[in-house]
Amino acid sequence: MESVLESMPEYLAGFRMTLYLTVMSGVLSLLLGTFLAACRVSPLKSLRTVATVIVEVGRNTPLTLVFVFFVFILPALGIIFPLGTIPAVIALTVYTSAFVCEAVRSGINSVGIGQAEAARAIGLGSVNTLWLIVLPQALRSVVPPLISVLIALAKNTSVASGFAVIELTATGRGLARDYPADVIWMLLGVAAFYLLITVPAGAMAGWVERKVVFSR
Amino acid sequence: MGIRPTRMVALSAACMLALAACSSDSGGGETAGGDASEGAMTEFAAGSTMATLSEQGSITIGTKFDQPLFGLVGPDGVPVGFDVEIATLIAGKLGIAPEDIEWTETVSGNREPFIQDGRVDIVVATYTINDDRKQVVDFAGPYYEAGQSLLVAKDDESIGGPDDLAGKKVCSVDGSTPAGNIAENYPDTELVTFAAYTDCLDPLRNGQIDAVTTDNVILAGYVAESPDDFKVVGDPFTAEPYGIGLMKGDDEFRTWINDTLEESFADGSWTAAWEATAGTVLPTPEPPAVDRY
Repeated sequence: MESVLESMPEYLAGFRMTLYLTVMSGVLSLLLGTFLAACRVSPLKSLRTVATVIVEVGRNTPLTLVFVFFVFILPALGIIFPLGTIPAVIALTVYTSAFVCEAVRSGINSVGIGQAEAARAIGLGSVNTLWLIVLPQALRSVVPPLISVLIALAKNTSVASGFAVIELTATGRGLARDYPADVIWMLLGVAAFYLLITVPAGAMAGWVERKVVFSR
Repeated sequence: MGIRPTRMVALSAACMLALAACSSDSGGGETAGGDASEGAMTEFAAGSTMATLSEQGSITIGTKFDQPLFGLVGPDGVPVGFDVEIATLIAGKLGIAPEDIEWTETVSGNREPFIQDGRVDIVVATYTINDDRKQVVDFAGPYYEAGQSLLVAKDDESIGGPDDLAGKKVCSVDGSTPAGNIAENYPDTELVTFAAYTDCLDPLRNGQIDAVTTDNVILAGYVAESPDDFKVVGDPFTAEPYGIGLMKGDDEFRTWINDTLEESFADGSWTAAWEATAGTVLPTPEPPAVDRY
């Protein structure tokens, strides 16, 4: 138990990295995912096709393979990133934005067709219809699933531990090596730090939901 | 009524399995150990771990499944390597045949818990003896002494040893002893960690990292695989005595394993085990002195 307190600096460094990966890829996935959702409902067939392919590939590939692709395969093809956080953020973003896209798209589909028709009737184009009328309503209704996606993202960052990023899980393994008598405590410490991200995220979801709720 | 044909099928399937098992047994028995038959029942003190194991006729041994030359599982699911040979030798002295050994994969992070919980009887898994670990498990041996070394690209002349590592990117495995040593003793080095040493090789080829570090014997395996790409530089800069992990406090068993190891050093079976495995790419060393702490 004391060894957990003793290793606080290591834990905090790992926690910072996990938090960085979560926030960075979270923000990027929300942006990219919403953009992909917009593409998937656009009137242009080519946009719809491209977005569908990206989403289906991202959503149906195990995250570890997405990492393998960006960390090992692309360099083998001559596209070399520096190792560490950059490929990790890219892999997490590609993977998570597929889920964000599907959540947002379900929100878009839940907005009554009359809303879009009314927007058309007052002369808005398809971009403005989506941006001003449909998306604001759609996003409010998908806060709970989006938070679930982000909580999953926070936990998924642990996959990066196998790909040259020293975050919480990797820190935990190092600590288990340094304190062989306290392996269980060390791993419980890691779990506690994950809870420090995910439990507040869940609570925040409830709060945001109450703030943005509206009746149809 | 409809059950009969199903039974026949099951029965014949069982026969086939039994046949298959027989044929693979005779194949395996010839290669490994050899001591199984001759170790026939030395008398063990009643109640000792040796007596229990030899009576039940089987043993569960933890080893690495991904370590070339020491413990590497092939397509048939049976690990091969120097650790495996040493373990087979010890089991043989207990009167346990190679096919009655149950191999369990132990990775660096779970060796202590597996021993403490009794999920494995012994661990022979490139397991470095150190004082932290001695607090929770006991070690027989060492049966080999490795040392941490550096693997670099063939044409790299800038690294000659660990003191040249400042500002360089060095790759190792997450949670391994070599990674811990670099982090602690060479803090100016940028440490990059993957899940397995083999993952470090492509980045080294691509120039994304400057060196790979772990025990010299493991690095030698990679040089043997691609002699045109890599080389090992400098002398080993740590001592990693590999021991056999067992339940803390079982001094009788530990003493017996130590005796068995010394016997194998003397009668040449240790050398034979080395030459059949790691000795294919590495010179044969002198057996280390057993440490009876």
